[in-house]
Amino acid sequence: MPDAPGLELIRGEIERDCPDAVLATSFDRAQAALIVDPARVLDVLRWLKERPGQRYDFLSSLHAADYLPAEPRFAVHYELINRDRVERIRVKAMLADPGSEELPEIDSCVELFPTADAQEREVFDFFGIVFRGHPNLTRILMPDDYVGWPQRRDFPVGGEPVTFTYSEQRYD
Amino acid sequence: MTEPLATLDAALDRDREIMTINIGPHHPATHGVLRLVVDLEGEMVREVRPVIGYVHTGIEKSCEDKSYWKVIPFVERMDYVSFFFQMEAYCGAVERLVDLEIPPRARYLRTLFLELNRIHSHLVWLGTTALDLGAISMLWYCFRERDKILDLFEMATGQRMHTRYFQVGGVIEDIPLGFEAKCRAFAEEMPIRVGQYEALLDRNEVFLQRTKGTGIVSRERLLELGVTGPLLRAAGDPWDLRKAFDYLAYPEMDFKIPVGTVGDNYDRYRVRVAEMVESARIVSQCLDALPEGPFIADDRKYVLPPRSELSTSMESLIHHFKLVTEGYRVGPGEVYYSIEGPRGELGCFVLADGSAKPARVHFRDPSFVNLQSFRDMAVGGYVADMIASLGMLDPILGGVDR
Repeated sequence: MPDAPGLELIRGEIERDCPDAVLATSFDRAQAALIVDPARVLDVLRWLKERPGQRYDFLSSLHAADYLPAEPRFAVHYELINRDRVERIRVKAMLADPGSEELPEIDSCVELFPTADAQEREVFDFFGIVFRGHPNLTRILMPDDYVGWPQRRDFPVGGEPVTFTYSEQRYD
Repeated sequence: MTEPLATLDAALDRDREIMTINIGPHHPATHGVLRLVVDLEGEMVREVRPVIGYVHTGIEKSCEDKSYWKVIPFVERMDYVSFFFQMEAYCGAVERLVDLEIPPRARYLRTLFLELNRIHSHLVWLGTTALDLGAISMLWYCFRERDKILDLFEMATGQRMHTRYFQVGGVIEDIPLGFEAKCRAFAEEMPIRVGQYEALLDRNEVFLQRTKGTGIVSRERLLELGVTGPLLRAAGDPWDLRKAFDYLAYPEMDFKIPVGTVGDNYDRYRVRVAEMVESARIVSQCLDALPEGPFIADDRKYVLPPRSELSTSMESLIHHFKLVTEGYRVGPGEVYYSIEGPRGELGCFVLADGSAKPARVHFRDPSFVNLQSFRDMAVGGYVADMIASLGMLDPILGGVDR
């Protein structure tokens, strides 16, 4: 982990090359995070990956979370590792819910990190976050014809009827 | 009369006919409920598309409806052969969220059980994969030692699998009398047994022909695909989170990281077998250096009071009641904690919103990520080598689908 001053140094350097891409930093429970503008997330990831002296070039995990009722509601997390310095950093892109049937969108990072392929599909499958430019953005764990985004916080637990042989019978 | 036949032959182009076949989801060689859609040209694999999701049970969603301590038995059932690792990933993440230090004895006990579990997981892998390659007797030998590990788990925790032994703050119980001697005997026996496995396989012509030079993926490509664990180490990259990041008692342990050179199926086999010996060494060291003292933290906000206090102390009774009914509340925050599982980086992300239930529990399962490298291993090889590569990849579909 970069420590808190180290995180600010990284932020300062990104600010020079990609102005206004990083909105804030957070250093909580010894974990460093950069909160970035979702439109600029690829710039930050590329900078962290390719900048000499940084080399956060291993994407260990990509996942999402729903912060309902906070606004913006969704976040996509990128857990990066610098394997030379043995440091982790988290890049967090907060996405607002566009409302009604529309889905939030963010750029896909499959070009930069091929490992993100399956994980972006998983995030799409469970949260309905669309990754622009993903080669094959389909459901991965849920059935192809499934309707709804089950990991969203407003999706009820146990809302799925289970069909057994006698579940059609009614006992009034 | 010969001419139309010749044109028919040319149109069919028998040498380049592609046949698509479906393997699984229920097939013994897919190590779980994995479906493979394979394009074959003769015996050669031209394209393979793994289809997953058949055992998706929504564990991550269900965890959001359980208080923190009730999540533990749930997450164990994701990757059902490395249950201790799931527990450690989850408990470690929650401990980091509530800033709870675990006592030294608990650190050592956890390390001990993790390494026993690593041997157990590798034994299941070795037995079933050797079975795929025709070495049936390996399965019985491996499961003989696996049963000894399960006996140890049963002795210490009361359960053979899915033990719910790790708790937030430490472990639920101390190891019983006689466990140490039994465990030590096992740790001494294991390297000898591994030597016997090697004697059966290392110079077995069939096994060598099937594994050497098959399923090669370069180190650079594996890193791009985010592959970790024995697969990456077999390609010559000594990346092991036990060495890279400090957690549990690993900094105090003396062990080596086996690496391969070529990155073929044979190297993957060699790396895992060598890891079993190293894990047995860690088990012995844990027993040697096991510190005295409490096995669970003393913070009554998060840890159940000892049973004996309940009949004498009102305070303990209140804590017990509060912890069992509502559970404890965790202040808002998020933590990603990852450990070296038997298949690679096992990460757990926990988001707390201030209530007594986690707002999100996500597992970065190594099988799920590693499975992406399967296409690179299989395409261009024989269909029989594809089965060998799948065995050596060692995906656990419960972990892939969650």
